[in-house]
Parts: sequence; structure tokens; C-alpha cells
Amino acid sequence: MDISNELIDKLADLAKLEFNGEEKEHIKNDLSRILTFIDKLNEIDTNGVEPLIFMSDAVNVLREDEVKQTITKEEALQNAPKKDSDYFRVPKFLDK
Amino acid sequence: MQAGKITMRGLVSYYLDNIEKQKMLNAFLEVWAEEALLAAERVEQKIKNGTAGKLAGMVIGLKDNICYKGHCVSASSKILDGFQSVYSATVVEKLLAEDAIIIGRLNCDEFAMGASNENSAFGRVLNAANHDHVSGGSSGGAAVAVQADLCLAALGSDTGGSVRQPAAFCGVYGLKPTYGRVSRYGLIAYASSFDQIGPLTASISDMQLIMQVIAGKDLNDATTSAQPVPNFTTCMPRLKAKIAVMKEGLYHNGVDAEVKKAVEETIEKLKTNGHQVEEISFPLLDVLVPVYYVLTTAEASSNLSRFSGLMYGYRSPQAKDLEDTYKKSRSEGFGPEVKRRIMLGTFVLSAGFFDAYYSKAQQVRRLVRETTNHIFEKFDFILLPTTPTPAFKAGEKSKDPIAMYLADIFTVHANIAGNPAVSIPCGTHSNGLPMGVQLMSKNFTEAELLAFANTL
Repeated sequence: MDISNELIDKLADLAKLEFNGEEKEHIKNDLSRILTFIDKLNEIDTNGVEPLIFMSDAVNVLREDEVKQTITKEEALQNAPKKDSDYFRVPKFLDK
Repeated sequence: MQAGKITMRGLVSYYLDNIEKQKMLNAFLEVWAEEALLAAERVEQKIKNGTAGKLAGMVIGLKDNICYKGHCVSASSKILDGFQSVYSATVVEKLLAEDAIIIGRLNCDEFAMGASNENSAFGRVLNAANHDHVSGGSSGGAAVAVQADLCLAALGSDTGGSVRQPAAFCGVYGLKPTYGRVSRYGLIAYASSFDQIGPLTASISDMQLIMQVIAGKDLNDATTSAQPVPNFTTCMPRLKAKIAVMKEGLYHNGVDAEVKKAVEETIEKLKTNGHQVEEISFPLLDVLVPVYYVLTTAEASSNLSRFSGLMYGYRSPQAKDLEDTYKKSRSEGFGPEVKRRIMLGTFVLSAGFFDAYYSKAQQVRRLVRETTNHIFEKFDFILLPTTPTPAFKAGEKSKDPIAMYLADIFTVHANIAGNPAVSIPCGTHSNGLPMGVQLMSKNFTEAELLAFANTL
């Protein structure tokens, strides 16, 4: 399958990734080869076959909805790249 | 140990010495030496008091995608470098409750994506049998740590062969349990409907002990099964087993002649021991790897969306606004193979391609599972080589993703269908590298599978 630059840009935007210059050529090539490879799937007749979505045979695994604290606020903030004492800090995302 | 000849501290020191001596293998990303020595004293005391747990004396390494509270875990990715777990995986809690000693975290392919451990952000792992060759992957550090006697056993994760393939490449045992047998809580997710945590060991008896402890229902993982956990150590091997050999596998043109011979010798041995071995046809073999890549990349693209650069992990200092933070942090933080898989997964899930790729692969997945169940109505086990060849040379396949993907051709089956499968060491190739055979069995029959594997 032929992969266009536009398709790569669209997928990269959906996936929140960037590919520039040589990287873009590489990913285009790789995707095109991988898609040709997975096209083998079309050799299999799947008419009337239900897609397999859940691996477990269990139905409706339910539990009580209890309020429990599993981690503290300090633990939640512990790995943040940027934070203050109460919040995660993120770059500005609203223009005035 | 009970005779007082070796001490727990002495045992841990023995492994720490080996780790230091074999540092060039690059199996460990971090060694928790002091903590392990302290734990050794605690466990030693418990042994003296007669209160020690089932795994007392076992020194275990963890693949770097299994969380252990207060310890770093990175999935061998730059995006999680420096990240500290804020809770422990259920398997870690269970190991510790039975007095296992956790000695460190083990190198792997980034986010468990790879078959050679060359995708780690922290360097490849060397095969201890020949340093020019790969360890296999993604649990490469785990396999080499057991191979080189750097710890007694290790826990890895297996999404398409990531425990069994490196186990075969390194001459150790590796088990992928049935989907739902072992809790995935605290395992950094790659493809949630495929992932299972499994042990790598130097013997079946160690594997039985570990499975006894880590298997079972977990409230924190709704996909774990409520099926009771059998007694692994008292389970007797089947005396007259029926074993299916897949023709398409054994006679596959990619299978190395000596690997084929090793499997044929195993077949002869099984027949001599009174078992019935029959060749069967499995025409779906060639679509297993395509099914695997469509579905696992789709699940990965969704699972890895949580790495946004906001709440934990790497944030690009280059980024100007929020959108830029996502894109730059992810593009700089993830390695090439992870990005490749996220892109493929995004493609197969995107509007216009969803039915042709994602739904189609799910349909074929059902056919694979039905065909597999059908085989297990007549047979107890399916036998195949674990891998078509012994460990290849580093760099040999790293430029060709598809050649690398085909290293998993015999292992992905168990993850697509959900069945348990074990890789068993099966001699040494004339090039000096280990080989492995794989036995797959009915869902939730790990105890029988291991008991039988022990007779090979």
C-alpha cells in the first residue's frame, strides 16, 4: 500500500508524534512494508465470523464501589516533571 | 541451607558478585544490593524460626516493566527514566509475602516491544553463550540473568513470545501462563488482551513454586480468572499423552536444520516414552504474525497515550504550548520501534481502515482460537520449536522490522489464542547457542504442562 505524506501527517497528529525529514521517509517506508505484510489477512475468509473482543469467558465481573485511597496526593505528584505543592504545572493552553 | 552450610546473606552476595563480574552483559538496569542483603538477614531469621514463606531463599529479578513501590521502573524507555513506582504489582506483593528476595530490575526492549533487546534505551543485552549474539526479547535481561546465574529466577512479561523466545535463546525455561491466570496489575501495559507475566527459571521445579505463588484471582485485575489454582508441585505428569506437531511449523522453510532435528529427537523421545505423537495441519500459521501486529499495535497506541509529558515521565524542554508538549515529549521520549507501533496502531484504528484491518484481525483471532480449541479436543499438547533459529547476531535484523517480527512466528499463537505455553531448553546448536522447544496446552492447565515438561 502506498502511504502519502498527508496520511503520515494525519496519523502523527492523531498519535501526538512528530516525524521530520529523514524520519518521515523511514516511517513511510516501514508502514508501507508492514501493511503489505499484514495484507495476508485478506487471504482468510471471515464471512460471518464475529470479531473476538474479550479473551475472558467471564461475564459482568462486578465489585462494590467503595471509596478507597490507594495513593496519596504527594505520591501522585512525586513523578511530575513540573508541579507546585498542590497541582501539576502544564504549559499555557488558553490564549487571552 | 537448612544444614547451615550456606546463609541467605552468602547467597545474595554470591549473586551480587556474579552481577558485578558479568556487568558487560547489561542484564540489570539497577541492582538493589543493600536492600537485598537486608532482606536476606530477615529471611534467614525467619528460616531459623521456622516461619519462612514458600519462596524463602529465592533471589528474583524483575523485568523493568513490573512496578515495585519506591523503586524505579522505566520500561527501558527514556520517557520513564527516573520514574518511581507509587504502588507494587500484585505479583511483587505475592513474591514478597512468601519471602522471595528481589535483587533488581532487568533490561528489556522498550515497552516490551522487540525480539532482540536491541530496542532498549539503555543498550542491548548480550547473550552469555556468545556476546556477539542477541539475548532475545523483549525479556532479554530476565533470560540472561538466569542464564548467567545472576539471580535464581526472574519475572518477565510475554505479549507475543517475550518470555519464551529469550528463554529459548538463552537455554532457560520460560512460561507464558493462560491469559487471566496471573494478575497484570502493576505491569506497564503494552497490549492488554495479550500481556501475561511469566517466570523464567533454570528448572521446572522453581517455575512450579513461583506459579503456585503468583497465579490466581486478583481484585485489582478484572481479567484474572476465578478458576482455582491447582497444586503445582504434586501434579503428576500424564503417562500417555497425545501430542500434536504442526506440519506448517516443523517444515517451515525458515526453520534451521539443527533446530528441526532437535524437535524431531524430542518427538522420538516422546514416542519411546509411550506417548502418541501426530502431525497435524494448521493453515493459519502464516497469518498469526499479521494478526498479532494489527491487534497489539492498536492496543499499544491506546495504552501508550497516557505518556503525555504532563503528570509523570519525560517532558521536552523545547515545547512551547500544550500540544507541543505532547508531541515533543513523546517524539523525544519514545524510541523508533515504539513510534512505529504507535503509528501502525493509530492507522488500523483510524476511520476508513478500522474494518479492513482491526475488525478483520479480530475475526481471524476468533478463527485461531476456535481452531486451537478444536486441536485441544483431541490432543493434550502442541509441540513446536520455540523459535525458528537460535539467537541471531546483534544488528542482523534491526534494520528490517518484518524479519524481526518473524522471530515470533511460533510464539504469538499462544497469545492470540490465550493458551499457556512453555519453552524448554533442547540442546545446543553446533554454533554453540542454546535451542528450545515449546509445548502449548489447554487453558488453565499450567500445572499439567509443567509436570509434563519436566519429563522431557
